[in-house]
Amino acid sequence: MEIIDILFTASFWAAAIRIASPLIFATLGELICERAGVLNLGIEGIMVAGAFAGWMAVFSGTGLWMGVCVAMLVGMLFGLLHSTLTVPFGLSQHVVGLGVTLLATSSTYYAYRLALPEVTGPPKIEPFQPYDIPILSDIPLLGPALFSQTPLTYLAFILVAIVGVILYRTPLGLAVRAAGENPAAVAAQGLSVTAIRMGAVMVGSGLMAVGGAFLTMSAFDSFFFEMVNGRGWICIALVVFGSWRPGKALLGAVLFAAFDALQIRVQQTSLGTHIPYQIFLMMPYILSIFALILMSRRAEVPAALMVPFNKGER
Amino acid sequence: MRLEPIKNPTLARKLVPPAIALISTVVIASFLAMVAGANPFSVIGLILKGSFGSQFAILETLNRATPLIFTGLAVAVAFRAKFWNIGAEAQLYAGALMTVLLGTGILPWPSFAILPLIIFAAILAGAIVLLAPALLKTRFGVDEVVTTLLFNFIFLLFISMLLEGVLKDPMGMGWPKSARIIPEAKLPRIVDGLRLHWGFGLAIFSAICIWIIQTRSTLGYEIRAVGLNKDAAAFAGIPVNVVIVKTALLSGGLAALAGFSEVAGLKGSLTLDLSPGFGYTGIIVAMLALLNPLGVIVASLFVAGIFVGADSMSRAADVPTYLADIMLATALLLMVLAIMLTRFRVVRD
Repeated sequence: MEIIDILFTASFWAAAIRIASPLIFATLGELICERAGVLNLGIEGIMVAGAFAGWMAVFSGTGLWMGVCVAMLVGMLFGLLHSTLTVPFGLSQHVVGLGVTLLATSSTYYAYRLALPEVTGPPKIEPFQPYDIPILSDIPLLGPALFSQTPLTYLAFILVAIVGVILYRTPLGLAVRAAGENPAAVAAQGLSVTAIRMGAVMVGSGLMAVGGAFLTMSAFDSFFFEMVNGRGWICIALVVFGSWRPGKALLGAVLFAAFDALQIRVQQTSLGTHIPYQIFLMMPYILSIFALILMSRRAEVPAALMVPFNKGER
Repeated sequence: MRLEPIKNPTLARKLVPPAIALISTVVIASFLAMVAGANPFSVIGLILKGSFGSQFAILETLNRATPLIFTGLAVAVAFRAKFWNIGAEAQLYAGALMTVLLGTGILPWPSFAILPLIIFAAILAGAIVLLAPALLKTRFGVDEVVTTLLFNFIFLLFISMLLEGVLKDPMGMGWPKSARIIPEAKLPRIVDGLRLHWGFGLAIFSAICIWIIQTRSTLGYEIRAVGLNKDAAAFAGIPVNVVIVKTALLSGGLAALAGFSEVAGLKGSLTLDLSPGFGYTGIIVAMLALLNPLGVIVASLFVAGIFVGADSMSRAADVPTYLADIMLATALLLMVLAIMLTRFRVVRD
């Protein structure tokens, strides 16, 4: 019964939307990469780098939005590295992706140790504050859940629509999708598959980094190690679950986050005290695997995903 | 630009790109050490001294290389079949779990039979852990990259649950730590008085076995065929899914031996920090070894040397130890690029 009660509290849904926000950014980023035909396993490390870069910028005195831009820029740099190796050089996307994750994570930790050698507890910044949208935030239940969030959360939802429109309603989106489905046709149109794919990976990596920055600049107010904790890998599962469509991916992220918010609350009920807490922590990962099993048969995988394109090769 | 295969690569073509990759890694690491305030020209020397400069250092490096040989082999075997096992970490813990389950004296077995039994059980446990993602791939078409990655998190939480529950050592002063294994379950040292255990010997032996399997057996041939071209392999009558499952069992078993040798050879009990990412580092080892089982031994020594050397360098020069991970990531990315450039030429349109 307690569980049903939880589902009807505004604070539960507000938490779900908050937990979903970084996932939405990073899932959109991964989706853009994969739609162009590149699997980006650098996601986990790029989120770590974005989380640190954005936070560090604000900590050293820039504004919050400038911090978001810095995170995005750092993400794009790692995207440039990833795509240079995987697109024109056609190297294994698995190996390069894991390498980028290791490089981004370790160089972030290295930079953290150099920048803050003396600290024992992680220093705090003044993070994004919730902004009540007039009128809408007064709606019972829905209002506090959806319209009393931080600006970055609103940005995440708006981005889903923007990415959806660009992908399905513009020539640019068509070119990106075609690069992931039939690169030879793109090349036959006189467009550069290399440029499209590299651009997509860079933009996508920028979004992943903003997803990471959400953790340090909106959800929490400081950076600590292990804070991304597999969220990147979960986003890769969410892309599959969303069948490579932004709207469905958003739905998946919110569902997933709602489940995550629920398990946190159930842990505190009488039921939760009898179950080891690790079981609850496992749930997001187990849920991701089940989502993959459910969707795998129906998923419309981009036909040229992970297939390098070398001009002049037939 | 586009890539053009080179028909008859010269010796220089084969050697120069990897050499440049290695030198660049050293230059980048030295530069980063300089940023941290250390003398850039002393860093590599300090790393070499810390990893191979004394008998103690060499033994430390060999000990560190042991689990990496196992996880490196696990990854090399799987990647050969293009089965992307990123879950060696979970399989490692499965092997370690089996070792403490059977090694703490619950079995009334004669002492000479205990170690072989534990080895067998550990291999089985690791194989079973990887069986799930393998079957999900062959049955449902679920991508094994994500499932094996997620399994790492799930399995580590499972171990944490056991260590705070049924496996918790009552004498452990409240730490989440298992009871110690009995002396009969311990891997003996290779030479009395030197801190190097037979896990290293087992690792070398495994590498030779895998090399023989890969080059001299039908399974090895089938694994390579599936990895090179799944459709062609199926057309040639190779049961692709069966080969993938067999590969997974082999790979999982190998990774589990890393956990076994760490517990039975070094640590004596199971804790949550048994592996500082040996499973993930195995991927780097396997790639640097070009997926060659004997190359895995060399690559493990290289990687272990960087880790051990960076530890001591970091103390001596006050540079964060994360420099070791940066070096490995850089070496990995530059090396895969260099290997490609030994076989292809970049042509401008």
